[in-house]
Amino acid sequence: MAMAIFVAVHLGVMIWAMQGGLTAAEILGRTQGSVAWMLFYGVFVLLAAVHAGIGLRNILVEWTPLAPRPAGWAGNAAAAVLLAMGWRAVWAVTWAGAA
Amino acid sequence: MSEGATQLQVSVWRGTGTGAWQTFQVPRRSNQTVLDVATYIQRHLDPTLSYRYACRVGMCGSCAMSVNGVARWTCRTHVSRVCADGRLELAPLANMPVVKDLVVDMQGFFDKWRDAHGRFVRGPAGRHDPVARVRPDSPARQQADAGIECIGCGVCYASCDVVTWRPEFLGPAALNRAWTLVNDERDTAGAARLAAVAGDAGCHACHTQGSCTLRCPKQLTPTASIAGLKRTVARAAVRGELDDEAARGQA
Amino acid sequence: MSGHEATSAARRNDGRARGHRGWIGFAVHRVSGLLLALFLPLHFWTLGLALEGEAALDGALRWYEMPVFKVGEWLLVFCLAVHLLGGIRLLLIEFASWRGMRLGWVTGACAASLAISLVFVVLAWS
Repeated sequence: MAMAIFVAVHLGVMIWAMQGGLTAAEILGRTQGSVAWMLFYGVFVLLAAVHAGIGLRNILVEWTPLAPRPAGWAGNAAAAVLLAMGWRAVWAVTWAGAA
Repeated sequence: MSEGATQLQVSVWRGTGTGAWQTFQVPRRSNQTVLDVATYIQRHLDPTLSYRYACRVGMCGSCAMSVNGVARWTCRTHVSRVCADGRLELAPLANMPVVKDLVVDMQGFFDKWRDAHGRFVRGPAGRHDPVARVRPDSPARQQADAGIECIGCGVCYASCDVVTWRPEFLGPAALNRAWTLVNDERDTAGAARLAAVAGDAGCHACHTQGSCTLRCPKQLTPTASIAGLKRTVARAAVRGELDDEAARGQA
Repeated sequence: MSGHEATSAARRNDGRARGHRGWIGFAVHRVSGLLLALFLPLHFWTLGLALEGEAALDGALRWYEMPVFKVGEWLLVFCLAVHLLGGIRLLLIEFASWRGMRLGWVTGACAASLAISLVFVVLAWS
């Protein structure tokens, strides 16, 4: 349910922000130094990573010969990768990247 | 629809899990059911054909099989409804081992009923105690009544892809029965039953494809029952799964 | 897994048992989710380029001006919207009072997502 709200906000923001094309300056101009965006996207990434991990595990169990236990590990691994890459990206656009 | 076609080309599965299709020519009649077709084949063309039926009037569910790839009761399926250009395909129900021809082994189906705790467990009241007073219009009783007419025909189970993809999945019929008992205030197996239907073999493996609800010959809604179980299990998990009150499943 | 060898002798359903609206809802939800999950690492890597400076991120964004990526963007917005709306349908089935399989939501989700993704494309390319 939380995901629904985050996705709806993200979708809305993207449609609005992408008007007339998008440059790095436009993105970073809005996100750099913003604690609000950091929190929003930080939580969004966490939820998405968990959600995707569960979904991928289900697909592996049901559509591949993988047994449930290794499929669970693969799902967790995918969630970990998404979490690491996602939080790095959030960090990059809200704090560490050059303005 | 029939351009004067007086014969049906009926393709029937013969054998076990391995086997072959055998084609029969069956005279077409008005008001003919698929059960009539199978019976004609066995009585007039090939007495070695194995198939099941009993009441032949849509009450027992014994005649369930795959007609043109879809699980149905043959006694309640008119040929005119399912016959495309005079061709019929009869196969055993999916998701259950084939015993012979159109007969499947339903042992696994009923084992899962047991595994889902689909059995009423009575409380301490004995024969000398007053009869339990259950209001028929209480929300819980209405939930139970909505699913109680299941006669275990296996059509929903045969229609479910998750049963195919996850051999341990309890399936729509077993979970539907568990839900009726979760809503039965006289039953006392609450916490154990919830534990049995939670998790990957239980309600959470359901992906709401809805084939069960679409195909149930009694218009039951296993999808709704499983949704109820998901709600109840979630609530119990939040409160501590051994909480008997949460196991009542008041929607 | 008990009974596993037994089920290998069982028949499986084919396309004739599928293809009804509820099943299509499931299929669209699963495929869109899979595509989104596969896309995310690329998305996060791209945004991570900001760590190397604005020029690095701009370079990648210029790459994504190529037509194949533009089509990809449309597809992504469609996938996100349809996965979101399909997810809301499931939440309603699970938590709201039972009103059937809400098949209208399946059609509606696809139609609305198509509209949303087209609006996105029109706005982004203008």
